[in-house]
Parts: sequence; structure tokens; C-alpha cells
Amino acid sequence: MAVSTAARPGAKVAPRDRTRGNPKVTRGSILATAFMFVCAVYFLLPAWWLIVSSTKGPSTLYGSEGFWFSQLHLASNLTGLFSYDGGIYWRWLVNTLLYAGVGAVCATMLASAAGYALAKYEFRGRQLVFSVILGGVLVPGTALALPLYLLLSKVSLTNTYWSVFLPSIVSPFGVYLARVYAAAAIPDELIEAGRIDGASEGKIFRTVALRIMSPALVTMFLFQFVAIWNNFLLPLVMLSNTRLYPVTLGLYTWNNQYGQAPQLVSYVVIGSLISVIPLVIAFLSLQRFWRSGLTAGSVRL
Amino acid sequence: MAVDHQQVAGPAAPGKPRRRRRRRGGRAGLAPVMFLAPFAVLFALFFLLPIGYAIYESFLKVHVSGLGLGPSSTTTVFAGLANYTQVFSDPSFRQGVGRVLLFGVVQIPVMLLFATVLALLLDSVVARFKRFFRLAFFLPYGIPGVIAAILWSFLYLPGLSPVVAALHGVGFGTVNFLGAKSVLWSIANIVTWEYTGYNMLIIYAGLQAIPADLYEAARLDGASEWKVATRIKLPLVTGALVLTAVFSIIGTLQLFSEPQVLRAVTDDISSSYTPNLLAYTQAFTDNNPNYAAAIAVVLAIGTFILSFGFLKLVQRRGARMGV
Repeated sequence: MAVSTAARPGAKVAPRDRTRGNPKVTRGSILATAFMFVCAVYFLLPAWWLIVSSTKGPSTLYGSEGFWFSQLHLASNLTGLFSYDGGIYWRWLVNTLLYAGVGAVCATMLASAAGYALAKYEFRGRQLVFSVILGGVLVPGTALALPLYLLLSKVSLTNTYWSVFLPSIVSPFGVYLARVYAAAAIPDELIEAGRIDGASEGKIFRTVALRIMSPALVTMFLFQFVAIWNNFLLPLVMLSNTRLYPVTLGLYTWNNQYGQAPQLVSYVVIGSLISVIPLVIAFLSLQRFWRSGLTAGSVRL
Repeated sequence: MAVDHQQVAGPAAPGKPRRRRRRRGGRAGLAPVMFLAPFAVLFALFFLLPIGYAIYESFLKVHVSGLGLGPSSTTTVFAGLANYTQVFSDPSFRQGVGRVLLFGVVQIPVMLLFATVLALLLDSVVARFKRFFRLAFFLPYGIPGVIAAILWSFLYLPGLSPVVAALHGVGFGTVNFLGAKSVLWSIANIVTWEYTGYNMLIIYAGLQAIPADLYEAARLDGASEWKVATRIKLPLVTGALVLTAVFSIIGTLQLFSEPQVLRAVTDDISSSYTPNLLAYTQAFTDNNPNYAAAIAVVLAIGTFILSFGFLKLVQRRGARMGV
């Protein structure tokens, strides 16, 4: 990055820059890079430990050097993980995909329609509706879990898929992002043009607005995915049937049980690793969408 | 904006604007409701209603008559503010609040300073391998809080942890990460590990939005990279910093999953360690949902006041400084 930007401007600018800043920059850049390297070690070392430990058997997990490999048990760990308790780990992965994946898709659709309506239509009470939703941004998921439990237990809806899924698809922050983005990115003329062509409001939204909003949709999806995936309290209070658990709750219960079943330590380790691999990859490759969404969020504040 | 339409639509077709206006009043008049309704209904059902119901429950109390046996011996009665006075006089609630406040006062500034330094370094011209570093710093955010807490609990556990072993090896003795005094800071480390990269990215996004020519001039005048960072860049990302601070305050007051997970490996985290943990225990272990509802309401209002108050405070100070 630094090299390409320095090389691109004409020869006139580059040498001046270099002569002026050279001695200082080199020392500074070594120090800065060294500091960032130490920080990178701090952030990556636990992940490295997880990878190394997931290849170890229950005995070497305790006895051997933690940050290096010893006695490869990866295959037996994997078969153990996926067959334990009738292969319930599979079930947890599928549930997680349902709660966080499908949930985030639904949340994005709902929030984009609502944000579009708030950005592009004049109607009475618009400001009030937006203020209430904005207040919802400041209410975190954990604060809501217990009230939700009290309410849903009254109507006997706890311990079902719906009890976790339905609350998860409400994303006030998504509405906020969609509104900010739609207001800035969708020209009124385009909507007008659609109307003149005789398209229905719904069709304009589907064919014009959603296409323009697509970068924001990815950001909203990511935010909500993480919010659902990270909301541990909600499934913890709602679900008692282990077959409905998301993978986080499942690993948490195993983690509390390994006093009785020592092999569970290995399964918790490798189960954690497997559950985060797809997510980490998706995260890192979609990073630019985080940045664009975060800019929209912070610029407004 | 409205003027623009007229200019675009006007010359092309003089008859169109009137028809458009009629349409907006008719078909388009229902359209925003249709777009808004699905979200609004779910928002009301799963956001507003539970809050309302929790408030309602918090004013009730289960009255036990006689020995408390049999279904007819308990009745739910209106309790007024009794649950709330109990919350505020409950020593375990006070201790929990004090604990998360202490946690927040230390952990939030440390994390945000850390995140700001990393963001400024990534944005500066001195650093190398920026792409790799950005990915490395952000990676922990991809790991959900529960799994991060489980992972770190292994790294704190004597006998399993290579960190404890390494510290022992270089002569620190057996460091106890899970003792009564140290465990709060061990939790702070988990939270810092998880969220520094995320906050860094918010600040970094703010930095990237600054047009480069704003400080190119200063650089050409010989301003050091340090001066550019503190005098030009930092004031311009105040908005991003405020955002990260508000999110951190909210997260801290709601602290739950990290201490709950660590309870598996230490006895020094009580069942009322944080206010949220207390509410959970009251609802599920002590079977006292009305009291739990009162705690949840107090906590939600407290969170709202603190984060909102912080926003207002910063805005007012910003206005005074002319930012």
C-alpha cells in the first residue's frame, strides 16, 4: 500500500518527501511495525492455541507444550466430536445457520423495507416512528432477553425455534443504516421515473431501490448475523431442549460438563474451532462492507 | 429536492406532475405503511411489548400464604415500588453495579486508547504490512463472545494453559488469573481482546473518510507524523470515538456471557457477579421473576441514561469547543 502510493505521484513529489522524512520515518516505521507485530501476536496467539490444541488427544492436551503440536489426534477428535451424543454437534451447526443465517437474511429484508419507507416517503408520524426505532438501537439484546422470556413463557412459546428466531429478526440498527443509506444513495428522480413508467411502488422498491442499496444490505446482514450469533443470553433463557441449541450454547453446556466426561474438553476445543472457521473467513473477506457501514454510522453521530 | 423533480419532470411532460401528486396521495400513500408494517409489527411484539410486560411484572409480587403448598396458596398481588426499593437496597446488586462501573472505568479507556493507536498506525505512512495487521487485529471479532470466553478460560487454567506455564518458566511463579482479585481483569482482557479490533475498524473508517489533502499540506510544511495524528486526524474522528464509547458503555453494563462462562473454572465469580447475572439468577435459580424484571428494568434505564448522557455531554463540550 505505502509503496504503491509513494510511487504513483510524479518524480517531483516523491524525492522531496523521501529526503525530508527519511531518517525519521525509518526509525519510526521499524518501531511502529514492531509494535504492531507484538499486538498481532496478542490477537492471534489464542487462535493459534485453538488450532494446535484441536489436534491433540485428551492426554497430551494437558501434558505437552501448549503452543506447539504433539501427537496428532485430529481425526479421532473429529469423529468423536461429530458422533458424540448421536451427532448432536451437526444439529447445533444447522440450528446456528437457521438462527443467525436465515435470521439475518429476514432481518435485512424487514429493515431495508422499513428504512426505505422512512427515507423516501413523507407521511404523518414518520419522525416519531424513526425516533422510537432509534431508541431501540440503544437497547442491547441482553437487556431484552429476560423480558422476552417472561412474555413468551406467558404464552407458552419458550423452548421453541420461534422463541429465538422471531426476536432475532428485529434489527433497529439495520433500519437506521438502511434509512441513512437510502436517503443518501437513491435519487428521488429514479423513483419518479419508475412511477412515470407505471411501475408499482413495490416493484420500484424491488428492482430499483434494493439494487442500489445492496452494499448496505451486506453490511446490515453482517451486523445482524454477529448480533444473533453473539446473543448468548437469549437462547440460554429460552431453550431447554438441547436439540434446539445453537452451537454457542451447546459448547457452553459441554464446557460445564467436562468434570463428568473428560473427553468433552477435546470436543469443546475442536468444536469451537470448527464453528468459527467459516465465520472468520467470511468476516475477513467481507471487511470492506464493515468499513462502509461503520462510516455511515459514525458520520451521522 | 422537491425543486429538482419539478425541473426534471416539468419540461418533459407538463401534464405529469399533477398526476404524480394524485398518485402519491392514493396508491403511494399506502405504500410506506406496507413497507413499514412487517418490521413495525415485529418490533412492537418482540421489542416494545416485552419491555412493557417486564415493567408490568416488576410492579407485581407473588404473595405466599400459609405454608406455600398447593396452587391456591400463592397469589400475585400488586406490589407498587416494593421490587424497586428492594433492588436499590440489595447489597449484591450494588456490588454488581460497582463492579461493572469499575470495570468500565478501566477497561473502556484502555481498549479505546489501544484501538485508536492501532487505527492511527494503520492509517499513517510509517507502518508496513498494513493489510495483514488489519486482518489480524480484526480476527477476534469474528469469534463469538461465548467461544472467546471458553478459549480464554483454557488459557487461564493452570495445568492446561501454556501462558501460566510460560510465566512460571520465566520466574513469575504460578500466576492465578482466576482468583477473587484478578478474575475481573481477566474478564477485561477477554473483552479487550474481542472488541479492540472492531473499535479500531470504526475509528479507522473515520480516518479513511478524511480527505488526504487536509494533512498533505501540513506534512509538506514539515509537521511530524505525530503532530498530524494528534492535531488533525484525532479531532476529525471524534464522532467515531463517541460511537465506540457509547457501544462500549452499553456492552459493559450488560456484561454477562464472559463471567458466566468463567464460572465453570473458578469459584470466585458469584451468581450475582454482574447485575445481569443477578437478574438471570433471580429469574431461573431463585424463581423470582418479578424481582428479576425489576432488575432488568433498572439496568435498561441505567444503561440508557449513561450512554445517552455521555452522548449529550460530548455534544455539549463539542459545541463549546466549536467542533
